[in-house]
This record gives sequence, structure tokens and C-alpha cells, in this order.
Amino acid sequence: MTEETTIKVRVQRGTADDTPRFDRFEVPAHDSQTVLDVVSWIQQHADPGLTYRFACRVGMCGSCAMMVNGVPRWTCRTHVRKVLGDAAEIEIRPLRNLPVIKDLAADLDPFFDKWVAAEGRHHPTRTRHDPIAPVDPGSAERAQASAGIECINCAVCYAACDTVTGNPDYLGPAALQRAWTLFNDAKEADRDAILDAVTGPGGCTSCHSMGSCTAYCPNDLDPMSAIAGLKRAAARRYFRKAG
Amino acid sequence: MRAVPRAHPLWLAYILHRLSGLGLALFLPAHFWVLSQAMTNPARLDAFLELTGMPLVKLAETGLVFLLAVHFFGGLRLMALEWLPWSAPQKSLAAAATAGAFLVSTLFLMRAI
Repeated sequence: MTEETTIKVRVQRGTADDTPRFDRFEVPAHDSQTVLDVVSWIQQHADPGLTYRFACRVGMCGSCAMMVNGVPRWTCRTHVRKVLGDAAEIEIRPLRNLPVIKDLAADLDPFFDKWVAAEGRHHPTRTRHDPIAPVDPGSAERAQASAGIECINCAVCYAACDTVTGNPDYLGPAALQRAWTLFNDAKEADRDAILDAVTGPGGCTSCHSMGSCTAYCPNDLDPMSAIAGLKRAAARRYFRKAG
Repeated sequence: MRAVPRAHPLWLAYILHRLSGLGLALFLPAHFWVLSQAMTNPARLDAFLELTGMPLVKLAETGLVFLLAVHFFGGLRLMALEWLPWSAPQKSLAAAATAGAFLVSTLFLMRAI
């Protein structure tokens, strides 16, 4: 029988009204153990009161993101081995830049409100009674649109972004990438509405291109380049109007 | 001091660009004031320029050149990043070409001096 080893874990506790405090736990270590496994073990064996959020456990739903040792990660696909490294313990906190509901569950309302504010909804070119418009999968615009469609709304980019921290009005990488995806969609009817929405205060021009969104996106998407695309489109429109 | 948890190469380039810009912004008023002495008080300017022979001032000037170089290349990087929709391999090639050109030109400069 092998000796059981444990992982030291620090978990942020408390609601939005409390000063955050940390509880320490020792969790049995296993092979291929994910951070979500660790959090679940604490909730099931040490403290049933621990609040956290997850659903699919396979990296599709985007609900289990947390700050792990200061870095936003999808915890269901993050192995403990990867984040522990030489560190003595794992620190788990709720996502940055969002209000806390309780313990590790962050309130994602501001994140999704900004998707709406960035005009991240489709403006159709046809009605349901018209034939379906053909989309050329090989076109450059489609390649730009396809680059961002695998976003799972996990808010990892939003938590990684220091511009969001400094400017609460900033729409954030996910919402702006959604706007860029729609802007390049052949079936999008109102590109001006999108550019209007993303060029106001807190829009794409607030981005400082620090690249944390692209560096930490668990799906290897590139919101920073999408935002740069919006900046170019906005500049082109401005000079066209001015010229 | 705790290490910055989310430091990655792009973030470091960003913070270096910002801090060098801040340093230059603080330096420029003093720079312009010294230059203005050429018009208003040449004797004081000459006295001030004597100071540039001091090793400490030379060291500070090296720091200024570093700030300027970092800020200049940081700005070029940012413009390329935002205005040129290049793919990742294209960016790598461009960075390699710039680094190669910088190396060759520095070698020429060192031969010249």
C-alpha cells in the first residue's frame, strides 16, 4: 500500500458583504486530478457549505472558471500537477473583476450585460420565410468570424484583463470578440450598429493590447486580435465618413 | 515581494512600454527647460553641460536612451499588432527579421566606432 499524499489548498470564503477570508484544507492527491476535483472533494468531504459552480466537467459549459494561484483557469480541465509546480499550496479564489456571490461563485451578470451592450446579438438579413443565405466557408471574412465562435463564455479573459480592473465600463475581451465575430458574419445586417456599440466609452479603443485575454483563453482563442480588428474597422469607417 | 501571477511576455511588453513612457514624460519638461537656457541664459546652459562629463550623468543618459529605445520599439510593436492583421507565423517572421536587421546594423555600428 502506498502512502497517501495530500495537497494543501487555500480557498477564499465569504459573500460580497464579508471581508474575504481563507480556509485551509488538505486534500488527498491523485493522478490526473483536476482543480475542480479538489474543490469537489472539499465540498463533499470537508465542508458541505462551500459554494462553487460547475456543470459539464468536460470544458464545454464554461461555468467552473476560478482564479487558481492568481491565474484565471477553467478548473475542470486544469490538472493540479500543472498549477502546483514548485508551489507549496494551491490558492483558489472566485473570478477576478466580478462581484462575489459566495465563496467561489462569482456573479456573471455584469459580464453578460456587456455582451448585450456590445451589440452581441444577430441582426438578420432575411426573414424565416426567405431561403437560407449561402455562406462561403473559404472567404476571409468567414475565417475571421469562425476564429471566435468557439467561445464558451467562461469569463476567463474578463478576469485576466487588467483594463477591466481599471475601467469598470470597459466591455471586455469576450463581448468585443463576439461583436467582431458578428461583424464578419455574411448574414449580419447592421454592422454600423455593432461599430456604434463598440466605439463608445469603454469600447474597443479602451483596450491596451496587454494580451492577457489571448494568453489565458482556455480554448486558444485570440480576443486581442479580434479587438484589433474592431479598432481597424472603426478607424476605416471614421476616415470614410470624414473623407 | 510576491511575483506578479499573470505576467506573460505580452503583458511584460505592455508594462515596459507604459513605464518607459511615464519615465520619458517625467524627463521631457526638464529636458525642454535645459534647452530653453540656450535662449535665456547661455552661461547657465554651459555650466549645466559641464555636468554631462560626470559618470553618474552618463549612466543616467544611458538609462534615458534605454527608455527611448524601449518606448520607440514598443510603439512600433503596438502599431504593427493593432494595424497589421498578420497571422502568428507572419508575426514571428517579422520579429525575427527585425532582430536580424538590428543585429547586423549593431555589428556595423560597433565596427564604425
